[in-house]
Amino acid sequence: MNVSPLGMATAPLACNVPAQRCPVSSGQLITACRLAWEQGGQLVALWASDERDRERGFCLRVLLKDSEGLTLLEHTLPDEGARYPDLSAIFPAANRMQRAAFDLVGVQCDADDQRPWAWQAAWPIDQFPLRRDFVASPKWEPGQEDYPFVRVSGDGVHEIAVGPVHAGIIEPGHFRFQVVGEKVLRLEERLGYVHKGIEKRFEALPIAEGYRLVGRVSGDSTVAYAWAYAQAVEAIAGLAAPPRAVWLRALCLERERVANHLGDLGYLGNDAGFAFGLAQFSRLKEDVLRVNSRAFGHRFMMDVVVPGGIARDPDSDAVAALRAQCASLAREIRVLRDIYDEHAGLQDRFRQCGQVTSELAAKLGLTGFAARASALADDLRCDFPAPPYAALAVRKVTQTSGDVAARVAVRFDETFESLRLIEALLEAMPKGEIAAPLPEFPAFAFALGTVEGWRGPVVIALESGPDGSIRRCHPHDPSWQNWPVLEHAVIGNIVPDFPLINKSFNLSYSGHDL
Amino acid sequence: MLHVLRQIAATGIKTEPPPSPAEEMVVVARLQEQILRTLGRALTIRQVDAGSCNGCELEIHALSNPYYNLEGLGIRFVASPRHADVLLVTGPVSKHMAIALKRTYDATPDPKLVIAAGDCGCSGGIFGESYASLGRVANVIPVDVAIPGCPPTPTALLQGILAALSKAASPTEPQLDASAGTHIDEPAP
Repeated sequence: MNVSPLGMATAPLACNVPAQRCPVSSGQLITACRLAWEQGGQLVALWASDERDRERGFCLRVLLKDSEGLTLLEHTLPDEGARYPDLSAIFPAANRMQRAAFDLVGVQCDADDQRPWAWQAAWPIDQFPLRRDFVASPKWEPGQEDYPFVRVSGDGVHEIAVGPVHAGIIEPGHFRFQVVGEKVLRLEERLGYVHKGIEKRFEALPIAEGYRLVGRVSGDSTVAYAWAYAQAVEAIAGLAAPPRAVWLRALCLERERVANHLGDLGYLGNDAGFAFGLAQFSRLKEDVLRVNSRAFGHRFMMDVVVPGGIARDPDSDAVAALRAQCASLAREIRVLRDIYDEHAGLQDRFRQCGQVTSELAAKLGLTGFAARASALADDLRCDFPAPPYAALAVRKVTQTSGDVAARVAVRFDETFESLRLIEALLEAMPKGEIAAPLPEFPAFAFALGTVEGWRGPVVIALESGPDGSIRRCHPHDPSWQNWPVLEHAVIGNIVPDFPLINKSFNLSYSGHDL
Repeated sequence: MLHVLRQIAATGIKTEPPPSPAEEMVVVARLQEQILRTLGRALTIRQVDAGSCNGCELEIHALSNPYYNLEGLGIRFVASPRHADVLLVTGPVSKHMAIALKRTYDATPDPKLVIAAGDCGCSGGIFGESYASLGRVANVIPVDVAIPGCPPTPTALLQGILAALSKAASPTEPQLDASAGTHIDEPAP
């Protein structure tokens, strides 16, 4: 993003994609966001840090993305009484991030919506866990908040409350439906149930060990998070992971994508009453996990991507199994895709269900594969190709209809593309070391790492403290952007279609609640 | 339809024999003959994510795939705690989930068993105890069987579930120590 017309100074920012940082005043913050929006930019993340120990008050960070790369706007709030302008009128996705920034750090914006988001009465509302002088008391008992849901009134309108304990094996969250008959008039989500203090926990870990925690922010995206974190660590250390490690990381990331897409394709069939789909796809997913375990020692490849490189090099037998699986999976999935495509009952449930138009997706900032199903063609692997993706010419998969059928089609096509990429990665895998030794880390260095995970772009913002400690680590999951879009996707649909629509996005609770 | 039938026939039966129960996972000897007579082998499980990263849920899902075929053993997941014999609880218990977990426990009819799954459920795991986390499941509700692993494999989960059912289960001393979790709110010395 070119901010020079605004008279703003920029500095380069350590990141694996082109990135710059600009200190901004309150006025410049809003002007820069408006300019970004007009130029087709999107909000990636918004978070705050307590910098009072360094005489800098609080720092609000707003990360934007456009076709040129990332722009980090840094706004200093001198004390806790200072407010910053509400950005949700420009980027609606900012709403919940702003509320969470208040709950955790105590920096306030001038928005009308001041309801808590991350806070649900587990700690006193006037205490802020991410402040450096925060001390938790063992006397704080879990409490219950009275959250002011927006209600719809009228003839025959009633409310359905679902969760946090759901009927299936799903993460916890609360959904409040306002319905008339079977039709959904409004859905409001209340998340935060799995807030377990991840960001505070990072501050007690050395940088070199943070990969274990980051790999458990959202278990289904462990490779994406670990790779993003490793990139941030390596940017701070001025270190490059050996080529073989980078190629193996991409191999792991694509296998993570395949495993998740296969699992969801099965459940999407099941949620539309087609149990055959679940049996078949869950079998294929298990095949993938078993080969993962053989090649990398872990079914989900947790703790495989580490700062400096990768922890495990698959032996020649495992490489043969990885290669053989590409062809066999592609063959099996083609058969199943034909069955899905030709199944009238299934297609009847998928089409025009949970539709998100391209305009709505752009306005709300939808991201990841769900955005690609609504004709928004962003994919970090293609837009800012770094090794090894630069050499592979990743095919960007898009659909235009924005319904469940489109999200199913994107998942099928991305699975085939990932299988192609895995084969290509194995074919041209560089030889050599798989990890570089970690040097000493400079104190108070800041870097970003970002990876196109299966769900969408995962971002890690990392700041080092003295002696190799983590001063602040903010993980950002694409689910922050996509949860509010789900509320819109279900409007006008019937209640029984909600599980299907929800599964077609399959958003993370843990990655969002932190 | 013909495609579907052909694919089913081509796939064949994938189900593998179940592993043997892992008695070392039994924490508390509440497994009296009488309870087991009541539950029999037709066990119903209500899974509760009390704060996990979703890793354990992925493996619990895998139990239902054709390889492990949990339902083939007479064990199935149910949608309500009122229909459940067993609560399968994952995660360090987040403070925000503590009340929901206790209510789910209270809504489950006696006799009932609780299985804590995963390192976080067993000890608090990497998240430990903090301003937002109560740590292991046993800190909130009584636990009968604890299945370690990050996440536990489907085989380990099956071994733990079968241990809960095993009449031969012999009580052992509780293996879990609250100090195994980490407490992060203490200011560093």
